[in-house]
Amino acid sequence: MADASYPDDLLYHPEHDWVRVEGDVGTLGITWYAQDALGEVVFFDPPAVGSSISKDQPYAEVESVKAVSDVFAPVSGEIVEVNEALADKPELINDDPYGEGWLVKVGMSDPGETEALADAAAYEATLE
Amino acid sequence: MPFAGWEMPVQYAGVRQEHEAVREHVGVFDVSHMGEIETLGPQALDFLQLVLSNDVAKLALGGAQYSVLCNEDGGVLDDLFTYRLGEDRYLTVTNASNHERDLAWMRSHSAGFDVELLDRQAELAMLAVQGPAARALVDSLADTELPPRMRAAEVAVAGRRMLVCGTGYTGEDGVELLPVAADAPAVWDALVDGGAIPAGLGARDTLRLEVCFHLYGNDLMTTRGPIEAGLGWCCKEQTGFLGAEAVAAVRAGGPEERLVPFVIDGPGIARPGNAVIGGGEVTSGTMSPSLGVGIGMAYLPAGLAEPEQRFQIDVRGKLRDAVVKPKPLYSGDR
Repeated sequence: MADASYPDDLLYHPEHDWVRVEGDVGTLGITWYAQDALGEVVFFDPPAVGSSISKDQPYAEVESVKAVSDVFAPVSGEIVEVNEALADKPELINDDPYGEGWLVKVGMSDPGETEALADAAAYEATLE
Repeated sequence: MPFAGWEMPVQYAGVRQEHEAVREHVGVFDVSHMGEIETLGPQALDFLQLVLSNDVAKLALGGAQYSVLCNEDGGVLDDLFTYRLGEDRYLTVTNASNHERDLAWMRSHSAGFDVELLDRQAELAMLAVQGPAARALVDSLADTELPPRMRAAEVAVAGRRMLVCGTGYTGEDGVELLPVAADAPAVWDALVDGGAIPAGLGARDTLRLEVCFHLYGNDLMTTRGPIEAGLGWCCKEQTGFLGAEAVAAVRAGGPEERLVPFVIDGPGIARPGNAVIGGGEVTSGTMSPSLGVGIGMAYLPAGLAEPEQRFQIDVRGKLRDAVVKPKPLYSGDR
């Protein structure tokens, strides 16, 4: 498992989700804190490409040996891509939560929503 | 995590890693929460024959036997291993969460028998050493030969005398050690120094479920009987054990539901409590580290409880396809 980290180029949702904004596409995942709390992830149940997700609402489930957890959307929009690699290797969410362990890409419907999200320092402060 | 009043690690290094260590090499579990009840006296056999479902008269000196404890309605109070330590001396291993109830149940039925019942839960620890390399490891620390499978013997391990049993809960070869509690840390250290990987409750659950061993509280309960649970093989109704009439009636009439192993066909993991479409419920479910698919056990209507029967499980509102499989779900090379 990777060491604790909260990269500066991401925005964070209080339900322990992150988004990497590139133009009007957001890449979504769960934070190091979330994957550590879950333990070994054994299953990611992705939403369908083309489906809509809403900020602050659950859009997928991550399941570990210990628990099932909802994944919350930090932004609203339409799913344009899901990380197919997770079907065979869900442990990528533990090994590399901000890289190969990304969950979905979203065509953001309201890029202004990101203003309500926390930066790395502010998010990390909530974990104290 | 607290479990029946005991502090128990769910995992040490990680469930998957610990699971693989037991399947491929050797792991050690601290299962000291398990209870032990010693039955001794001239009528020990007669008494155990009344409470245990199996034919205790078949239990040879130094032997081990699996059975269930039933109430008069034929519901399962516990499932347990009994070891015959002497001519009139037996040790029965209980599940932690049932230990007090088992003891009270046995005491309440011991009147009129010349037996003594000793609660040895606090006195004895229990370390399960499991995996293809388990015997060789314990053997290297032992002063005499280890008992074979389904046998038990007094052996000194790491210089401490204890009961060693050729039993386990993982589907792998191995032994279970019952040192007195004060000796357990030194024995644990010797096993770990010898290469055993510490394994927690998480791996214990994935390992036992792959080989379809029952877990009390999940797959066994007072509201269902041993025939429904597929444990008719350890019930010998002719011995007249408590609950035998009820068990015999279910056996004769056929159970309405039966516990079966299943695999999920496709993604997803069913969990205990998930409903089966058409009746029944999942009682155990996990992701199998050895098989890489969701597995579990479920009570199904008897008509559906046949290998390769397909059915659906409601997993938090999503229907998952599942297939009934024969036991065990995982058998390694054997």
